[in-house]
This record gives sequence, structure tokens and C-alpha cells, in this order.
Amino acid sequence: MTLTSSNDSLLTSAPQHTGSLTAARARLVGRKILSAAIVLWGSATVAFAAQAALPGDRATVILNTRAGQAIERTPTELAQINSQYGLQDPVVQQYFHYIGGLFRGDLGVSYQQFRPVTSIIGEQLAPTLILTLTTIIFAWIFMIVWVTLTAGRSRLVSGFGEFVDTVTAGLPHYWLGIILLLVFALGLGWFPVIGGSSIRGLWLPALTLAIPLAGFMGQATRTEFENSLGQLFVLSARMRGMGDLAVRLRHVLRHSVLPAVTLSGWALGATISGAVIVESVFTRAGIGRTLTTAVNTQDLPVVTGIVVLIAALYVVANLVVDVIYVLIDPRLRTSA
Amino acid sequence: MTSLRPSVLPRVRSHPLVAAGPGLWTSIAVLAFFAIAAFAPGALASHGPTALDLDHSLQGPSFSHWFGTDESGRDLYSRIIYGTRESLAIGVGATAVSISIALLLGSIAGLAGRFVAGTVNRIIEVLFSFPTLLLALLLVAVLGPSMITQIVAVGVGTAPGYARIIRGQILSAKNSGYVEAAVALGHSRWRIVRAHLVPNAVRPLVAIIALSIGQSIVWASSLAFIGLGVAPPSSEWGALLDAGRTYVTQAGWLIIVPGLVIVALALAATTLGKHIQNVLEKGEK
Repeated sequence: MTLTSSNDSLLTSAPQHTGSLTAARARLVGRKILSAAIVLWGSATVAFAAQAALPGDRATVILNTRAGQAIERTPTELAQINSQYGLQDPVVQQYFHYIGGLFRGDLGVSYQQFRPVTSIIGEQLAPTLILTLTTIIFAWIFMIVWVTLTAGRSRLVSGFGEFVDTVTAGLPHYWLGIILLLVFALGLGWFPVIGGSSIRGLWLPALTLAIPLAGFMGQATRTEFENSLGQLFVLSARMRGMGDLAVRLRHVLRHSVLPAVTLSGWALGATISGAVIVESVFTRAGIGRTLTTAVNTQDLPVVTGIVVLIAALYVVANLVVDVIYVLIDPRLRTSA
Repeated sequence: MTSLRPSVLPRVRSHPLVAAGPGLWTSIAVLAFFAIAAFAPGALASHGPTALDLDHSLQGPSFSHWFGTDESGRDLYSRIIYGTRESLAIGVGATAVSISIALLLGSIAGLAGRFVAGTVNRIIEVLFSFPTLLLALLLVAVLGPSMITQIVAVGVGTAPGYARIIRGQILSAKNSGYVEAAVALGHSRWRIVRAHLVPNAVRPLVAIIALSIGQSIVWASSLAFIGLGVAPPSSEWGALLDAGRTYVTQAGWLIIVPGLVIVALALAATTLGKHIQNVLEKGEK
């Protein structure tokens, strides 16, 4: 219906209308990009504030965390650290230096390892990204299969399907991880106990993250799925003699995955932060483990670097989803 | 407001969590059990929380030790019972922190003038861009691990999500027909806030608080699991998890059972919260 009406309007006043439509969309996309940029700037500011808020004299803290001591430091020692990290500068100047550094891809220098945070993260990013992507693929597969099979069935089956969604969505990662580890690695010996970076070692960590995510996305999808089942296009497909499974896969599913797609940015952030736990359970390398160690040693540049990076991923993923919406949703033509 | 017309939301009524069925009653029973454990642990525990028995260390669940024993032969069931108070205190404390922040930010974003609300909205979005656990970890890194840090970190970590919910509640009340009617009747701004917006934004809070206590305990236990919670001699649930990690290959129950207890409590609180939420929604229609 939307197609016909837009065709009509194209026929009557084609060039002018398309022009304003493109401009309206461009404006909307521009606004989204601007607001994403503001959020990113805000996250960076929070990260800077966290570093500045570290209690005690920062140069002393840096020297003591490095040496694992808690002693007074001589002015000469402090002066060296102060000039290395620019700590003697006024806070405002430090702030602009930090923000400016972010534009050049400079996240500061680790208190613990003397090295740029960017290279520490760079070394650990790949295993976590592989884990994250595998998780998201698994979660989508589980969710689609489970919802397609159980949504809108008899009260018993639908209720059970929904119950499983609720329970799995609430499972803490550490607990599920330990159960899978005990059953499939220690008990059955199907997978290695210490994952390392092998493909076989990827299965259990990815399952640990994917099962709760699938439950969470399932909750959002199920409602839409059940609403769509009652729509006329479903009835019409059934009247054409289409089988139940085909109707569900070809028609209903397409109409009900949108809420889960909207959650993509959130899912990305949640999965990477879940990796903090899972990498610890399975003794797997990655930015999650790096983050845990850095929090333990109060190595704030590393902590804030990782946190800002993940916040940025979240913001960018959301921006992409938003922009795709603007580009494909015909209803936004009028609201723009 | 309180007339529960059965025809209004037929789908919600058939929702398994809403119908006051076995799920809800089980949840209430679970919550009542932990409430007793928190106030009178002696009434439920079978052993002292620190009673050593080195001859029976790392024993699996049995008739005399329902949940098994730890490396010093202490009874895990009794330790969990005695740890309830501290764990609930963390959950309640974190919820208090979280809801206070959320209420402040959410109501400014919903009620203030355009510029202030816009600014606060941005602050909420910025905080929301950090996943809960990471925001909590950021605070632990700054403050150093302790029980207070755990409460503050989990509270701040979960606040942005609740702030968004509260903002949404206020905005939807603000755009509703009855507020429009009140404006048309010439009621003062303050009267509208007090008589319409506050009640409509506050009632859902009951549900959010129930959800939040369960969620906070889960987040706090996640921090404890990676060694950033209350130090192990305590029998707080997260500390039990942390202590149990050393023996995970020989004595898996030391992690599985406390984890199960945390899941059970969180699930019970969530179920109760969702039930309250749905009852309130029904009441509003």
C-alpha cells in the first residue's frame, strides 16, 4: 500500500518530492550522527573524569602500583612521573590533551606496563571480537529456532517457550560458564578445559554468552511474532495452502525480528562486557581479562581505554541501526 | 483506577507469569525463605557458618551436609543461610543508589524545560552507552574493591537503564489525555505534577525495585566472581563463589550451589516484579 501511494506521488510531482525527501533523510541522518558524536564526547569525558578522580596523589599511586608498595615517594621520583604523564599541567589542559589524543588514536600510557594503551588493547582485541561475533551468530540461530518452534502454539508449549526465554535471559554468565565447563569439558571431555585460542576452545565461551542473549532477544521477538501470527497476511498465506512452518519462516519471522535488530547495539555491548566474565571462567585471552587485571591493579588508563572503546562500539552500532532504519522505513518519509 | 475489568487485556491475563499461578507462589515462597534467612539465620541453618570439620572437607552433598562442605569442612548450606543478610544488603543498597540516581535524572529529563531536559537526556544517553558491568568496573578501578564500592558500583551501573524507564513513564503520563484535560481545566503546573505525574511515575517504581534487587545481586556476584567483591572469609554469596573457584574441578558444588541460590532469588524477584508491573498496567487501563 505504501508502495502504491509513493508511486502515485512520484508520478504527480516526481522531481521536487524526491529532492525534498532525500534532503529530509540527509538532515535526519546528520542529526543522528551529531547526537552520536555528542554521546561519544560525553563517554570520553566520563573516562577522563574517572582518571582524574583516582584518590590520592596520582604520581605516588602510579609508582606504588608499579612496585606493589605503599610508601612515600621522593620529589625527584614524583617529578619524573609528573612530567611523563603531564600531571603537573592544569586539569583543563590535561583534559584537552586527553580528548585531542583520542582523535589521534592515543589512549594514554599504562601505569603498570609503561606502554601505550592502544598497543595493549590492539594485542588483545582479536580474540574478544571473534568471541563476540560467534556469540551473536549463535544467539540469532538459537533465538530464531526456539521462537519459530514454540511461539503461538498451545498454551502449554508457548508458556514453556516463554519460561525458557525468561530463565535463560537471567542466567549469570559465570554460572552458566561453570556448568558448561563441568559438564562438557571436565565430564564429557568434548572440549578443552582451558580454551586457549583454538576453534574447539571457542565453543563453550560462545555458548555461555549466546544462551542468555538468545533468551533476551527471544523475549522481544516472541511478542511481535505472536502479534504477527494474527495478521491478515498470515491468514492469506495459509489460505493459499502454505504449510505452517513455511508461513512462520517466510512471513511471520520477517515481521518480528525488528525489535531484536534494534537491540543489536545493546547486544554488542552486553556481549563484550560478558566476555569479561567468560574469559575469566575459561582462562581465555582477550580485552575482558586485560580489563579485570587492570581494574585489580588500578591501571586506570587501560581501564578507561577499554571502557571507552566498548562504549564507542555501542554508539556506532546503534548509529548504524538508526541510519538503516531511516533509509529503509517508508513511514519516516513523512516524519522527517 | 482500580477497577480490574477482565476484558481489557486478555493476552496479558493468559501470560504464565501474570496469572497468580504456581510461578508466583513459588517466587513468594522463595523470597519469604530468604527473608527469614536474613533476619534469623539460626532458625534455618543446620551448622554454624564457621564450624570447621577438617575430617569432612570438600564432601559432596549428603544427608548431613545438604549442599556439601568446603575446603575446611564448613557446611555450605549453613554458610549460604548466614551469608543471606549481607547479600541482600548489597542488593537493597545498590537498588537504593540506583533508584535515587534514576529518579533524579529521569524526572529532570521528563519535567524540566527544554534546555535542562535536553542536557540531562544527553547525560543519561552517555551513561547508558557503558554496559552495566563496565560502568561498575570503572568505579571499582577508581575506588578500589570493598563492599561499599560494590554497592555504589552496581547502583551506578544499573541506574542509566532505570532512568530511561522513569523518563519514559513521566513522558507518557505527560502526553496522556488526563494531563491534557487537567491543563485545559487550568490546573497549575505543580498540581498536575503532584496529582498526575508523580503517582503515575512512582507506582511502576515498585515493580522496578523488585526487579532491581534481584538484578543487583546478580551483578554484585559477577564482580565478586572476578575477585572484585567482598573478601572471601565472609560467607556473602559472591564471596562464596570467589572462594569456590579454586576448587571448581574437585568440588563443583561450591560454585554451582551458590550460583543456583543467586539465580533462584533473582528469578523470584523478577517474577514478582513483572507480576506487580502487569497488575498495575491492568489497573491503569
